[in-house]
This record gives sequence, structure tokens and C-alpha cells, in this order.
Amino acid sequence: MSNHQAAGGTPGDRTGRYVRHPNGHVTPMSPFTSIWRWHITMVASILFRVTIGAATVGAILLLGWAAVASNGAEAYNKLAACLASPLGLIVGFGLTLVLFSFLLNGARHLINDFGHGLTVKSANLLSRIAVWGPLVLAVLFWVALFATEKVSL
Amino acid sequence: MVQLNLPRGSKPTTGKVHKAPAGAKNVKSYKVYRYDPEVDADPRWDTYEVSSDDHGPMLLDALIHIKNTIDPTLSFRRSCREGICGSCSMNIDGSNTLACTKGWDECKSHNITIAPLPHQPVVKDLVTDLSLFYAQYDSIQPYLQSDVPDPEKERLQTPEEREKLDGLYECILCACCSTSCPSYWWNQEEYIGPAALLGAYRWISDSRDDATQKRLDDLEDPFKLYRCHTIMNCAQVCPKGLNPAKAIAETKKLMVAPSRKKEKASA
Repeated sequence: MSNHQAAGGTPGDRTGRYVRHPNGHVTPMSPFTSIWRWHITMVASILFRVTIGAATVGAILLLGWAAVASNGAEAYNKLAACLASPLGLIVGFGLTLVLFSFLLNGARHLINDFGHGLTVKSANLLSRIAVWGPLVLAVLFWVALFATEKVSL
Repeated sequence: MVQLNLPRGSKPTTGKVHKAPAGAKNVKSYKVYRYDPEVDADPRWDTYEVSSDDHGPMLLDALIHIKNTIDPTLSFRRSCREGICGSCSMNIDGSNTLACTKGWDECKSHNITIAPLPHQPVVKDLVTDLSLFYAQYDSIQPYLQSDVPDPEKERLQTPEEREKLDGLYECILCACCSTSCPSYWWNQEEYIGPAALLGAYRWISDSRDDATQKRLDDLEDPFKLYRCHTIMNCAQVCPKGLNPAKAIAETKKLMVAPSRKKEKASA
């Protein structure tokens, strides 16, 4: 591909395909995200990446929780009250959603890595499960928590 | 780097509207991407209102009708008009496909968007520069490499060995798959894309080819192969019904196969 290494006309282009024309315009790039009609497999993939970002926030919160816990009972009790507040419960629900999304998407990728679930039909099914499954599981999980009075409003 | 929006100068503006004649029936509206490198203007969307009674059943028929009767400056590639040559690949109604095998009645809306293959340099209107795509295909050395001297007649395969090539050899290099892939959109200078990887696996699977390990060595790279994140757009859009994602997964499995590890250790 050595013939594509010349500098192009747009910043970051290393292929030499985006050149400046005599009319002063640089070769335009064709539309992509603005025209693309998403398939469920693409939705699952992008959501997984969003999940990774959210899980990072969750990990930071967990570290914060550990730091507060190490500062004694009084500080910990304040945090526990904060977590039991409606806002804390919403954050908790969000983190549960992230956890189940991680598990289901991880399972989807594991199946794919073994070379299975790669027909369009089966990939669509696995992706639907990975997209909607976390919501169903998170709701069931929190219903169970409320039903067993582990949490209350 | 992931770039979600088009760079400056690439965003299409609203262009001309070519209205259908009064009284025309079964009118469909085609919003077509236009760019002329000889005119001092950014790309634009032109709209053509056409009666479906005036042309054949395929999107390519509609485009040819527009070119012949409304706007002769419209540019697009086409040749065989039967899904063999792969020339008329473009983005129709939000998905990559061949204009010659896509019926306009398959599009749900009466307003059909027709754009060039996504995230490619535009030469003119619906024609994109596919030189990188072809160079990537060339890089996988898509030809037989055998240690056995040329036989007097053909190189034989069992029916079972030949069967392994089904679903691999039929690729027409239309670039629908590669240009549908977000990983390819954002890493096309390093990631060689679904079409080239399908081609590579076609030769890796060929019982007559002896360069399997060399081919795998060439692909063992964080970007060339492993930028595939199983998004599956390639298999969703392939107009020939092929599955590059499956071929890529099989290649990844071969990369970590015990037989390959042994061979690498003894080398």
C-alpha cells in the first residue's frame, strides 16, 4: 500500500485520497453516521462501549465508597444515608443495569469468539437479548430487593 | 480517531428540487447526494420526483431514468445490472447495497435517500475513490501460493475441500461490507476491512494453498484483523448474502489454534 502514503488534503489523512481540487475544495468525505440506518447488532455493540464508560464511573464510585468507609463509622453512615436516598437508588439501579449489560454483552462476545452466533439471524437474536435483557434483569433484581425489604424508600 | 461528524466542506447542503410533472402518478422522491469537483460549491442533496410508472423495477432503473430524462450531469457507476460486477454499490435508504438488485418497492418510504458508499472520498456524486479498498485487497495476496510444482492439468480437490470455499469465493468486491463497518470508517488506514479479510480467509481455507501460516502471520496485527468488533454490519448488508464476520471469527480462531502455536514454536 506504499502508493497511498502521500500526505492528503485533510488533517489526519495518510492515504493521499483527500486532495485539494482546482476549485479550492478538498475532496469531500461521504456521509456515514448521518445516513446510516442502525441494525440491532450495531446498537448492541455501541451500547457495550457506552457500558464500558459507565462501568468506569461505577469503579470510581466504588473506590470513593471504600475511601469513605475507611474514614470511620460516622462518615460511612452519612454515605449509606446518601445511597439510600431516591437519587442513590437511581444511581444503584443504573449500576445494576451496567452490570447486567456487561454480563450479557460479555456472554455474546464469548459465544462469537468461539465462532458461534454469527449468522445474521442468531446475531440479531443475541443482540436483542444484550440490548433489552439488562433492563429486564435490573428491574427484576430491584423488585426482588424491595420485595425482600433489603431496600426501601 | 473516531470522528462522528463530517469534516468542514463535506456536509451536504440542500440543493435543487426537480418536481414531477403535474398529474404524474406513483411518484417517488429520490434525495440524491451530489458533488461536482469542477464547481465551487460544497456537496448538496438534490431531490428528484419521479413516477415509478416511467422506469423499471430497480433503483438503478430509477437513477438511469433520472440521468436520461432529468439531469444528465448525475454520475454513478454501473455495468452488469444483475448483481455480478459490484459497480453500482451505494448507500440506499440508509444501507449499503447494489442499486441494480434493490427494488424501489423494497424501500418503505416514498422519500428514498441515495448516497455514496459511506466515509469514502467522493470523486463525483455517487462515485467514491476505492483505491485504498483495492490496495487492501491486493495486500492479502489473493491468488494461489503452492509449494507443489504446477501439475500437468488442474490441481485437484475433494468435493468436501471445495465445499469449504462456498460463501467465500462469491465476493464481487462491491465494498458494501467494508464501507458499512464503523471500525473501518474510523481505522481504514490500518484495519483492512471485512472484504479483504473474507478474501484472506478464502485462501487460508483453500486446500491447494500452502501459504496458510504466512497469510496468518501477515494478519497478526492489532489493527489489520483485530479491529473487527463483531458489529456485523458487513453480514447485514452484503448483497450476495456472504458473512465476512464469520470468516473473520474463523481466522481469529486459527490464530490461536494449537497447531499454529506448535508450528511457530518449531520455526
